[in-house]
Amino acid sequence: MLGRTANGLFWAFRYLERSDNVARLIDAGLDMAQTPASDADDVWKSVLTTAGALDDYRATYDGYDPSIVVNFLLRDTSHPASVMSMVEAARNNARMVRTALTRETWEATNECWLRLSEALASPVKERDTGQVLELVHRQSALVHGSLHATMLRDDNYSFCRLGTAIERAAATARIVDVKYYVLLPSAFHVGGPLDNAQWEILLRSVSARHSFLWLHQGQITAAGIVNFLVLDRRMPRSLAFCAHRITRSLGHLDGLYGEDHESRKMAAEMLAGLEETTVDQILVSGLHDFLRAFMADNARVADQIATDFRFYE
Amino acid sequence: MQRSAFDEMTGFGGAEGDRRRCYGGYTEWFDTEDPKRLRAKVRQAQDVFRTTGITFNVYGDDTGAGAERLIPFDIVPRILSAREWARLTKGIEQRVLAINAFLADVYNRREIIKAGRIPEQIVVDNAAYLPHMAGFVPPGGVYTHVVGVDLVRTGEDEFYVLEDNARIPSGVSYMLENRQTMQRMFPELFSQVNVQPVRDYPAKLRQSLEACPPPDPSPFAVSEGRPTIAVLTPGLHNSAFYEHSFLADQMGAELVESQDLRIVNGRLAMRTTRGYQPIDVLYRRVDDDFIDPLTFRPDSVLGVAGLFDVYRAGRLTLANAPGAGIADDKALYSYMPDIIEFYSGEKPLLDNVHTWRCSEPDSLAYVLDHLDELVVKEVHGSGGYGMLVGPTASKREIARFRVTLQNNPEAYVAQPTLALSTVPIFANSGLTPRHVDLRPFVLVSPGKVDMVPGGLTRVALKKGSLVVNSSQGGGTKDTWVLADA
Repeated sequence: MLGRTANGLFWAFRYLERSDNVARLIDAGLDMAQTPASDADDVWKSVLTTAGALDDYRATYDGYDPSIVVNFLLRDTSHPASVMSMVEAARNNARMVRTALTRETWEATNECWLRLSEALASPVKERDTGQVLELVHRQSALVHGSLHATMLRDDNYSFCRLGTAIERAAATARIVDVKYYVLLPSAFHVGGPLDNAQWEILLRSVSARHSFLWLHQGQITAAGIVNFLVLDRRMPRSLAFCAHRITRSLGHLDGLYGEDHESRKMAAEMLAGLEETTVDQILVSGLHDFLRAFMADNARVADQIATDFRFYE
Repeated sequence: MQRSAFDEMTGFGGAEGDRRRCYGGYTEWFDTEDPKRLRAKVRQAQDVFRTTGITFNVYGDDTGAGAERLIPFDIVPRILSAREWARLTKGIEQRVLAINAFLADVYNRREIIKAGRIPEQIVVDNAAYLPHMAGFVPPGGVYTHVVGVDLVRTGEDEFYVLEDNARIPSGVSYMLENRQTMQRMFPELFSQVNVQPVRDYPAKLRQSLEACPPPDPSPFAVSEGRPTIAVLTPGLHNSAFYEHSFLADQMGAELVESQDLRIVNGRLAMRTTRGYQPIDVLYRRVDDDFIDPLTFRPDSVLGVAGLFDVYRAGRLTLANAPGAGIADDKALYSYMPDIIEFYSGEKPLLDNVHTWRCSEPDSLAYVLDHLDELVVKEVHGSGGYGMLVGPTASKREIARFRVTLQNNPEAYVAQPTLALSTVPIFANSGLTPRHVDLRPFVLVSPGKVDMVPGGLTRVALKKGSLVVNSSQGGGTKDTWVLADA
C-alpha cells in the first residue's frame, strides 16, 4: 500500500467526520438560539468558534444573523470549515485513492458529495435547514455503513478508521472545551448549579443527549457530563472511546506489518492517561488544561502516524 | 452529393422496417419496449455514471466542479456479427504485429529505410522519434503493449483503419463500464441475445504485462514468481484519471504518481507504508516527454528522475515503450500499407484511408483545390482539435484554414471525407441515425496478440456530424460482438 494512499484514506475520513460535526454544531446552535435564556449572538459566536470559522466569518460579516451564519457554515466554500468545503475535500481525497476503497464505499462518498452539491447549490431557507442537516448526517452514515459492510479488514480499513477516530476525538475535546470556556468561565459555576439548557445543548452537539439521560436517569450534573464525554468508553464520541479505537487500529497495523511503531506507543499512553484519571481529578486540576493537553497529544499521535506510515516523502 | 451513409441497423437507404441480421435479436426486444420506460432508463444510466464517478476532465475548462463531465451514453448498442469480428481481428493482428516489427526495425537496423520503402526523413525528423531508443531492444521485444486501432465503416464489407494509437490509447474503461451499465439496466436483453463478454480485459491486460518482465527483475519478483506491476497516472486532474484508477483497481495494481516514486538501489521504487518497494512493470499513462526530467523535458513534474537509465539497464518494463508514438504519426500512417507488406509479406487485410501528404507539392496543390471535400488533420494532433472537415465547414473557416495550411503544409495531411456508417441513437423523437467509429483495444506480449471481442464505439451526437471525439461533444455506445454469425 502506498504511503500517499494511506494519507488519502486518513484525510478522506477526517474531512467526512468534520463535515458531520459541523452539521451537528449547527443543529445544536439552532436549538440553543431558541432557548429564552440565551443570547442568540453569543450562541452563534460560540458555534463559529467551535467550528474554527470565527475569523473567516468576521472578515466578511458583522452581525450574527442566524440565516447568514447557517449558510456560511453549510455552503460557503470560500473558507475551509464549511460542510460543503469539507465534503468536497473528503471526496477529492477518496477519488485520489479510490482503488483502495470498495466500489460501494467510493460510490457512497461520491454520492454524498453529489447530493450535498445539489442541496447546497442555492442558499438554504430556514424552514429547510433541518432537512439539509439530516441529509448531511444520512449521507455520512451511508459512507460509514459501506465501509463497515464491504471493506476488507486490512491496512486500508485501519487508516480510514484512524482518520475518523482522530478527528472525532479532536472534535469532542474542542466542543467540551468551548462550552466550558464560553458558558462556564468561572470555577464557581463548574461546581455550582447548572444551566440545564446549555449543557443539554452540549450533549446534543455530540448526539449524546438521549443516551446520557438514559444512563443517568435524567440527572444532569457537570461531573456526570464530563465523565460521559471524556471517560466513558461506551460513548462512541468520548475521548476514551476514540483513544481506545486509535490504539486498537494502530495495534492492528503493527500486527499486520510485524512492526512496532512509535505512534501505537503514543496512542497507548494517551489512552492510559484517560484510564488512570477520574472526573474529580480533572475538575480539580482544571478541565480546560486537561482538554488542551489531550488535544495536543491527539495531534502528536496524528503526526506520528503520518511519519510512521510514510504519508509524505 | 455523396450517397447516403451505411446504417448498421438498416443497411443502405434502409427503411425503419429493414433490419440487418445481426440487429434481429436486439430489435425484436426493442420493438416491444415502451419508449417511456426506455427514457427512464436513459436517466437511470446517467445516474449510474454520475454516482460511479465515470467522468472526464475537459482541458482549458477550469470552472471548478463543472470541469468534470459525463460522456453522454446512448442505450442503443452497436452490434457486430461474429463473422465481421473474426475478419477485423485478423486484419488488426496483422497490422499490430507489423507496427511492432516496424518499431524494432527503425530503432535498430532500419531495413525498411535501406530498402527504400519509406523515406528516412519521415522517421528521424519526426517529433515522436526518440534517438535515445536507438540500438535498444525493449523487454520481450514488445513496443506497443496496448494499441487502440480506430476503425470506420462505409459499407457492408468496407472497413478502414483511420488511425493507430500506439502511445497511450484511452477509452477502454468506457468499453467495460458501458457494458456493465447495459447489463444492469437491461438484464433480460442479455439473456435473449448472445453477446460475447468483454469483462476479462483487465485480467488479460495484467497477464499481458506480466508476460513481459524486464530482463533483470527485482528480487521480490523472482521470489514471487511474477513481476510487480504499477499504473502511473499524471494525477487527479488528468482527463483520463478515472480510467487510470479503474484499470489499476481491476488489475490489482498500485496507482502511482510521480510523488510516490524514486530510484532506489538502481530500481524504480514506490513509497509504501512499509518503505520503498521496487516496480518491475510500469503501465504508464504519462507521455514520453514527461517520464524522466533528466532525459526528456527537464520541467516535467510527472515523471521520475533517472527512470530512463533504469529502463535501459534492463530493470524495468515501460508499457508502451518510449518512442512507440512514431507509429501513430499521421504522416507515417500513409505508409502503413507498405509497412505491413514489408514485414508480413502479405497484402494488408484492412484498408487504409487514402491520404495526401501536404508536405508533397502535388498533394498540397490537390488538397488546396479540394478543401471543401476533404478532412485536413494535423500530423501530430489528436482529440479532434485543429482539424478541418471540409464539407461541413463555412466558407470563412475554409479560407482561414487555407492560410494556415499554406504557411505550414508539412504539419498536415488530408483524407477524403468518408461517409462513416451510422447506428441509431435513442433520441426523444425515437431512433435516429448518427455517425460512429470503433476503437478495439489490442494487447501485445511476446509471441501473442490478444483482444476482447468489442471495443469503444464513439458516436457523433449532432446530426450529420462526423466528429466523434468526447472533447467535441461525442458520446459512446456499448459495442456488441455476437457469439454466433
